[in-house]
Amino acid sequence: MEIPRHWRLKQQRYALVGEVCPHCDAKIFPPRDVCPECGGEAREAYNFSGKGEVYSFTRMGEGPAGFEEQAPYTVALVKLAEGPVVTAQLTDLGDTKVEIGMPVEMVTRRIRQDGDERGMIVYGYKFRPVMQG
Amino acid sequence: MSGGDMSDIVITGVGQVPVREHWDVSLRQLAARAILAAIHDAGEQKPQALYISNVLGSLLSRQANLGALLTCDCGMGGIEGTTIEAAGASGGAALRTAYLALRSGQVDCAMVVGVEKITDVVGPGVDKAIAETLDTDYEGMLGVTPTAMAALLMQRYMHEYECGHASFADHPLAASIHAVGNPNALYRKALSREEYEKSRPVCDPLNLHDIAAYADGAAALILTRSELVSKDFKSIPVRVSGSAVVTDRLSLHDRPDPLAFNAAGISISQACRQAGILPGDVDILELDDAFSIYPVLSVEAAGYAKRGEGTTWMKATVASGKPALASMGGMKARGNPLAAAGVYQAVEAVLQLRGEAGDCQVKGAKKALIQCLGSASATAAAHVLEITQKS
Repeated sequence: MEIPRHWRLKQQRYALVGEVCPHCDAKIFPPRDVCPECGGEAREAYNFSGKGEVYSFTRMGEGPAGFEEQAPYTVALVKLAEGPVVTAQLTDLGDTKVEIGMPVEMVTRRIRQDGDERGMIVYGYKFRPVMQG
Repeated sequence: MSGGDMSDIVITGVGQVPVREHWDVSLRQLAARAILAAIHDAGEQKPQALYISNVLGSLLSRQANLGALLTCDCGMGGIEGTTIEAAGASGGAALRTAYLALRSGQVDCAMVVGVEKITDVVGPGVDKAIAETLDTDYEGMLGVTPTAMAALLMQRYMHEYECGHASFADHPLAASIHAVGNPNALYRKALSREEYEKSRPVCDPLNLHDIAAYADGAAALILTRSELVSKDFKSIPVRVSGSAVVTDRLSLHDRPDPLAFNAAGISISQACRQAGILPGDVDILELDDAFSIYPVLSVEAAGYAKRGEGTTWMKATVASGKPALASMGGMKARGNPLAAAGVYQAVEAVLQLRGEAGDCQVKGAKKALIQCLGSASATAAAHVLEITQKS
């Protein structure tokens, strides 16, 4: 894996930093410097709360190369409280039965490891069921 | 663009190799077999330009610059040759490129070859390569694949419209039945409804029979302008009367309504408008059925069915046969050689319109609409093909 590529994305992977559009106030994730709503330039950083709900989900029986050992795992489209939808793995599910509309929150987890113990470990966002209490 | 006084773009040659696990055949050999078959079918007509649709050459065969490789291998050294890539829509995009080249007048005879060599790598390695057609930073790197994306769509669809897995059976079953008569199909066994419903879960709610298997394949077309067709041409030219490629946001998470396959719908309406027909006028409708949810969302986007009624429309249309769906097996049963799939669609439509589809023949077929999708309708290519009267 390419170290600069992951380093560049550290704010997104570790802290869900997106952008806010100065023209129409749309919250943007992933950041792309152009507002998908109004087409205006949007470079102002915006910190998402990490709260959201499951829009759709699936349990993958087999993973692609690099993810074989994690399988089976659950991936979801998570609709963030601020509007955008993010694709991510769900984690810490235990016996929880995943359902559309289930409230979830962002946590930082190991996404994958490159090869053996010398390989780079990529950390990033996953989402877990909202903790009770 | 209207037809006006412009000459027609016609397909005069088709070639294909059976979709298989071709352990003993390389990328270049697959392509060469389809290319030579198409040249022969066209009456030894040689192209001035070769447009190659391929996604995985660099990733799985470690081979780029296919233009130089394939033209030279096939005795066409020196001609223009380039690769067109748009994930699963590559075949349609390459056909579109040939169409534009001929329309421009810069090229008088063009060839399209779709080729994909997949089985040198197996299992997770193939899944990883194909996942590169997604957004790598925000999808692929998280362990998501196109199969998972299709599952996310199907799960959401079943939730919104309160339908079960069984309601997606009709397109895959029809495809499997039609493939029995197609010697180039990967699977030539008709599935039963029970086999469909009880097949192995892969990526819930997708089961094994909701997914078209990836396999090796190559298919080729020769195209020219109608006034250039030789008087000695023995076959029947097939006119490309509509051609469109449309894109959407690559990621499902970026689309306001992921179940709206906008690019699929718009490309069909553009191609049909250009051809001067309505989508319902065609005798053959070849949709992208890489996953069973795709054709359902496509027919809803194209206006064949209202939102949420795609599965009902599918059942009725399979029963009536008008239009004929997946007439030679679709991707589900013919097999899915990713970038080549859209070219197989065109080859099969030409055979149907010429009346040369053998046991798969749809009687009296005069118009065909073919569509292939790159990822989940991130790119959509649609073409209308029509029979011409032999002059």
